[in-house]
Amino acid sequence: MNQESPVDFSLQCPIPISDYPTVLLAHGGGGRLTQMLIERMFLPAFHNPTLESLHDGAVLEVGDARLAFSTDSFVVSPLFFPGGDIGSLAVHGTVNDLAMCGARPLALSAGFILEEGLPMEDLWRVVQSMQEAAQTVGMSVVTGDTKVVDRGKGDGIFINTTCLGLIPAGVHVSPRRARPGDVVLINGAIAVHGIAIMSVREGLEFETSLQSDSAPLHDLVARLLDVAGEGVHVLRDPTRGGLASALNEIAAQAGVGIRLEEARIPIGEEVRGACEILGLDPLYVANEGKCLVIVAREMAETVLAAMQDHPLGGEAAIIGEVVAEHPGKVFLRSRIGGVRVVDMLSGEQLPRIC
Amino acid sequence: MRFVDEYRNEADAQKFVQAIRQVVTRPWTIMEICGGQTHTLIRTGIDQLLPPEVTLIHGPGCPVCVTPLELIDKAIAIARRPEVIFASFGDMLRVPGSETDLLSVKAQGGDVRIVYSPLDAVKLAQKHPDRQVVFFAVGFETTAPANAMAVWQARQLGLTNFSILCSHVLVPPAIEAILSAPNNQVQGFLAAGHVCTVMGYWQYEPIAEKYRVPIVVTGFEPLDLLQGVYMALKALEEGRYQVENQYVRSVSREGNVPAQRLVGQVFQACDRQWRGIGLIPGSGYGLRPEFAAFDAEQRFDVAGLTAQESALCIAGEILQGRKKPHECPAFGSQCTPEHPLGAPMVSSEGACAAYYRYGRAQ
Repeated sequence: MNQESPVDFSLQCPIPISDYPTVLLAHGGGGRLTQMLIERMFLPAFHNPTLESLHDGAVLEVGDARLAFSTDSFVVSPLFFPGGDIGSLAVHGTVNDLAMCGARPLALSAGFILEEGLPMEDLWRVVQSMQEAAQTVGMSVVTGDTKVVDRGKGDGIFINTTCLGLIPAGVHVSPRRARPGDVVLINGAIAVHGIAIMSVREGLEFETSLQSDSAPLHDLVARLLDVAGEGVHVLRDPTRGGLASALNEIAAQAGVGIRLEEARIPIGEEVRGACEILGLDPLYVANEGKCLVIVAREMAETVLAAMQDHPLGGEAAIIGEVVAEHPGKVFLRSRIGGVRVVDMLSGEQLPRIC
Repeated sequence: MRFVDEYRNEADAQKFVQAIRQVVTRPWTIMEICGGQTHTLIRTGIDQLLPPEVTLIHGPGCPVCVTPLELIDKAIAIARRPEVIFASFGDMLRVPGSETDLLSVKAQGGDVRIVYSPLDAVKLAQKHPDRQVVFFAVGFETTAPANAMAVWQARQLGLTNFSILCSHVLVPPAIEAILSAPNNQVQGFLAAGHVCTVMGYWQYEPIAEKYRVPIVVTGFEPLDLLQGVYMALKALEEGRYQVENQYVRSVSREGNVPAQRLVGQVFQACDRQWRGIGLIPGSGYGLRPEFAAFDAEQRFDVAGLTAQESALCIAGEILQGRKKPHECPAFGSQCTPEHPLGAPMVSSEGACAAYYRYGRAQ
């Protein structure tokens, strides 16, 4: 090996890939590419004020009533996972989107896209699970649709659900209502769903007792609105893209900054361990039974107590605050006292090499 | 969490910061070699806690970043073949080649799969005897033992449908290249703890001696890095140049000897192109002649493929620590994680991605 002569450092760089000619998985990942797809394709095409509010669901005024209307599709693999399955998830996910508008759910639709060859037994399990979940929420599946695609053109079952609900008088929840001085809370430990799913994915099986946190949040939300009313400014369920992406969206939509305290964000030992090993940041891992709540400062302790009293809020915590500085950005104070930006997820989180 | 929280304690971090402030009397420039260390530094804000005399330069220790464009193009060419299952660590899929990346190949129908261990790729080859399974064997000395084991196992199993596309790189020749460059600014190094866990640190002793630089083998937790910086600064202030080991809970002088033996049986040192830097003699591992049958470059006849890098970004200067990511005119404008111009903006260990994600541009 020639150690004496200096290496000729030529400065090189790859050619840019300026755009995506095809859809990538990351376009559905809940991060920046999803956001770009919405902003550059869907919003200009469908533009209307209701859609442009960019809430988890649409709010429609019908006479004196305010209806909330939300839809979601479920493509989870595997279909059955620790703590749930695609059926219960399809109910919880859409009910939660609706709950994040402050609405009480009324009725549910279910659209099934089934793959030829799916065992009837699996479909029956999923349907039963959906019915149980809907019953727990006190709702019925009132309309539906079924399509079957050729073998190899689906992944067993895809489900779309749509939920209709009523927003009680005096409730005004919207990402745009976050304002400096507000306090940010969450109802429990983060990143559980994403890690529970990963633990049973092909090629990555690892032993854990983790169960998905998939749960309907409408009752918790109703309780919070009872105790704090107008004091509840923003509700958001941090699903795909995790806590970080949800808070970035809120910061951007409200034109405010958000500051988090890393040490205050609840996270379980097993989830932390799995994230450390896989090189994943739990702030970007999906949740299915978590609710970010932004409230007026004077209501924070009341809301925290109400959350902690609820079965889905035992580990609730105040994790940060809304500030006037750095609008549109989320900052985090690390465990050792340093400060950094928490950006939106870019692409899928990919496990690292070493 | 045990073995993690102990190394992320604010009170202890402040003690190290105080100790660093007390020991420093003049400006010093230290390079952390490993991209994992860069990310801890930026993610936990250590760079902002250090006194202004201390400049941290981010080294080339990001395997994704230094894998040459030509090899990415070869990976893409192989992954497009219908008979191939192309298995890779997740990081590599977004790295731009000349025209596209592996994620796009997957979107266009290529069978590209993320695996978490090269041994999973061997299992894929067993499970799909009618397909050719190719594993993208990149990384520093850290991943070499597992990759060597995969090739070894494939031979034991008599697999004829398994091969690796090999782009292994080695740390000590890279340190020498940086130190012998005419305008080198680096005065001390934090060596990569996990590389040294495998290889030990005896190889660094002649380098510290020859170039008169302190080298501190350092871990990846915030307190590891603060202690490593402190040890390097103390050595610099006292005029000592030797190899010290901060990461004693993982690293011994001799390293993991059985792992080294296996690596030596499968791989041999070779010259290697580093993306953005150039050819560094003896800085890589290639398969030994007796394992040539497992070399994907030969099996798929892509050895002749060459690629020309454009000169739009300053990845080379970043990887050598001559410039900080935000000093690049394209940073955050033409070059973002969604549209990377260079690999350091892609990888979870790349310096540009760390600066972008954790907001060091503002």
